Amino acid sequence: MTEIKGASVVIVGGGVTGLSTAWWLAQSGVDVLVVEKGIVGWEASGRNGGGCGHVTSPLYPEMLRLWPVMDELLGYPTEFSANRIQVAVTEEQLAVQKSSAAAVERRGYRCEILDSKQRRKLIPLVGDNVAGAYFYHFGGHANPHRTVQGYAWGMQDHGGRLMQHCAVTGFRTEGERVVGVETERGLLGCDQLVIAAGPHTGRLSATLGQEVPMQSARAEMIVTEPLPVMVYGGVDGNGLHGRQTLRGNLAFGGGPHEWLDLPQRGVFANPSTPLMGHIGRRLIEMMPKAAHARIIRSWAGVIENTPDGRPVIDRLSTFPNVVVATMSSVGFGLSPSSGRAIRDVVVDGTCSFADISSFRLARFARLESDWRELQGWVALAMEEAA
Amino acid sequence: MKIDEKSVAGKELILQEQTQLLVIGAGPAGLSAAIEGAGRGLSVVLIDENPVPYKTMGDEVPLHYGQGMSGVARNRNAMIEAFVTSEPLIQVAFDAGVDVRLGTACWGLYANGPGVHWLPGTVAGLADEERGWLIGADYVIVAAGRRDMGLGFPGWEKPGVIGATAAITLATRFGALNPRRVVILGTSAEALTAAAALRDAGIEIAAIVEQAAEPVGPDHLVTELHAAGCEFLTHHVVREALGRASVEGVLIAAVDKTGRAVGEERRIDCEGVVLAVGTTPVVDLLAALGCHITFQPERGGYAPKVDADQRSSVHNIFAVGDCAGIWPAKSLDRSIAAGEGLRAVGAILGEDFGSAEVSVPDRPAYDLSAYRMAWVRASVIGARGDFHVCQCEEVTAREILELRPPRYLGWQTDRRNDRSLLSLLDEAPPNPDQVKRLTRAGMGPCQGRRCREQIAALLSLQATAPLADIPLAGYRTPVRPLPLAIASQLRESADQAQHWELWFGIPSQWQPPCEVPEFYTVAADEATIVVDDERGGHD
Repeated sequence: MTEIKGASVVIVGGGVTGLSTAWWLAQSGVDVLVVEKGIVGWEASGRNGGGCGHVTSPLYPEMLRLWPVMDELLGYPTEFSANRIQVAVTEEQLAVQKSSAAAVERRGYRCEILDSKQRRKLIPLVGDNVAGAYFYHFGGHANPHRTVQGYAWGMQDHGGRLMQHCAVTGFRTEGERVVGVETERGLLGCDQLVIAAGPHTGRLSATLGQEVPMQSARAEMIVTEPLPVMVYGGVDGNGLHGRQTLRGNLAFGGGPHEWLDLPQRGVFANPSTPLMGHIGRRLIEMMPKAAHARIIRSWAGVIENTPDGRPVIDRLSTFPNVVVATMSSVGFGLSPSSGRAIRDVVVDGTCSFADISSFRLARFARLESDWRELQGWVALAMEEAA
Repeated sequence: MKIDEKSVAGKELILQEQTQLLVIGAGPAGLSAAIEGAGRGLSVVLIDENPVPYKTMGDEVPLHYGQGMSGVARNRNAMIEAFVTSEPLIQVAFDAGVDVRLGTACWGLYANGPGVHWLPGTVAGLADEERGWLIGADYVIVAAGRRDMGLGFPGWEKPGVIGATAAITLATRFGALNPRRVVILGTSAEALTAAAALRDAGIEIAAIVEQAAEPVGPDHLVTELHAAGCEFLTHHVVREALGRASVEGVLIAAVDKTGRAVGEERRIDCEGVVLAVGTTPVVDLLAALGCHITFQPERGGYAPKVDADQRSSVHNIFAVGDCAGIWPAKSLDRSIAAGEGLRAVGAILGEDFGSAEVSVPDRPAYDLSAYRMAWVRASVIGARGDFHVCQCEEVTAREILELRPPRYLGWQTDRRNDRSLLSLLDEAPPNPDQVKRLTRAGMGPCQGRRCREQIAALLSLQATAPLADIPLAGYRTPVRPLPLAIASQLRESADQAQHWELWFGIPSQWQPPCEVPEFYTVAADEATIVVDDERGGHD
């Protein structure tokens, strides 16, 4: 094994959570190194819908503050665009959205219902057939690829280091401390370790005696050729989440996920399925003026969830110099503030700007061992082809 | 055991029809497979996307037609008739009981494997001009043919700059090629065969241009074309395509052995430029399905790994004809492709041919990787002005190599070269998909058909690595641009529609932190579930 210089903080996982953390740490002058088995943002971090949401998260207010200034902070464009619009195609959907709007208003955020004239002006691809739409004066969307690379480059600009194509094979411990990360390219010494490896976080934490419970699933999206750009692109509705990119493509997803086991080795295959057509139908029900637009790609990503679907950001009790982090399937949008929170936990021991006690790992201490089966979160048996 | 109703578990994927054997592509290999399969008792559906609708050709799908279609291509009936008459085996297939469907494209192949378990078997997505549907198949023989590497130079977006395969198809099968006098780029066996075929179809060959010192194709083809009066211009490239509404001529110049232009530019009048610098297997369906695809220079570039029976790495999917590999002998003798089709059917029926008649590529006569890189170096990097390598998204070679954000962002920075391609090189060669994500090169509606090989060559030149080291840029379904209105016709089970969720549908995911219990257990969660409607958006 070759000698590679370790770092004060080694982060396992070059997804959006690990990279944001690394960027915040590097900005604070911390010597940080990110180890990634493939390429940055290659899994769910680069395959999501780019939404910046999740109002009930304790990280949400700080996220709202940060997104509008991220381009400036990073020095690279994220394509962030403010505001979201919730479209209801049916009266039934409108009723649900009405109560959602009321709920977010109770939290102090501003929403308003759009009349048909406003809809035609702001979201012209949406049809006059829809029952209604709510304008959210908060949230937004950004380009996942550009954002992930922006974190990586921004971190490197501040002296942080990145090793891609380097899988972690184990950890070296001394007493109750992890002192090094064993990789395909050698041992990386560390004072502190952050495991932000998406679906692999559970497996890696288990080798340190305290497993973050999680299960992974595949979800799908489609993208069309570019269409004229609407005033607001962050549109959800009719069972779909997504956005119109600043280039004009409609990128939307939704529908049933498929629970999967971790691959024995290597990476997830990320295949998409004919679900593409069912997503497409919902899209043109909401945006009939896009019916002629052609789908030019579909894709899938594998996302991990904890049993309650909420994040874990916590230190391991077995090895207190290890922080484990998963955003449980809602990671991209919150990444500006999740990275800052993890940075705070690593450097200061506690998050300075929000109460993240709901992300504690100990809440799963009494979890049933067969929780995946109890929740139906298990991989299907495969029907063999002829 | 509990079922997660929001997941695919128990959801039926509705197929419109089912067949024992689906053959994709009605060329020599596909036709021989379909006729053999039907003759031996299999139910066979044979599809071919030709004749491609005029509008689709205009979108440069599935080939680089370069707007070179004449008005004939608008006449649907005439095109169908021409397609059938130009290939007598289509009638034979009809007569043999093959369910032949022309004007029908396959835009996706799906099968269970790592990462997907819920499909009812092997499924193909089909579409014609009005309808989209799914067909199940016990076996699929892919005979998707060949396409051409794009090669840019200033003016290459002008109508009349055409891929060789598209030019031959339009000229020889449909009599629908507009340009009557063309310049041909490239001298491989495939390029020279294209030149001869076009000449036989009455197209005048103004010149055959080659950046290398000598033609790389077989001597006898060079001699024949020479004898027929074709001018070979070696150590030359096209510097610019001239013309207003379409190509009216090209400026050519001599290049030295490093690909740099030397000497005077010279004008050649012509109505078209035929790109024949790299003929490559059409692997889109196979790659998107997850078949093992590797760079095999003896097979024309990225090609599926096939065994002696033409079986791909997926056991019930076979690749035959040009999509399994292109080499000179196969280009000159269609019985080789036809034989691959027969072998595949034999394997499906459980026969053992032994080692007889296994289809083995010729030994390459030239270094395909170095040759394609040299063309890109001389024509694209050596160009005297910027032009769009990716025409859909309007990305130049410089923007690709500097990883510039797309221009519509108006991103200004004073340190534009800090984060060039070199910054991504980290123990591994550059990945075209990563470059695509950052620059949008290859991300447009032509699905990278005109630029992917050029981008790979640009990356390999920058990384000073052979083409084989550059990963294949990903293919995703639909491998043909598919209108939402057609995709949306795929039928959906009532069960799936009833439980459709925007995201995972985990109620506790959306609860505010104050409602989080001290301990989470499945039992306690089920006892306290309240449906929360407080969703504010998603990733």
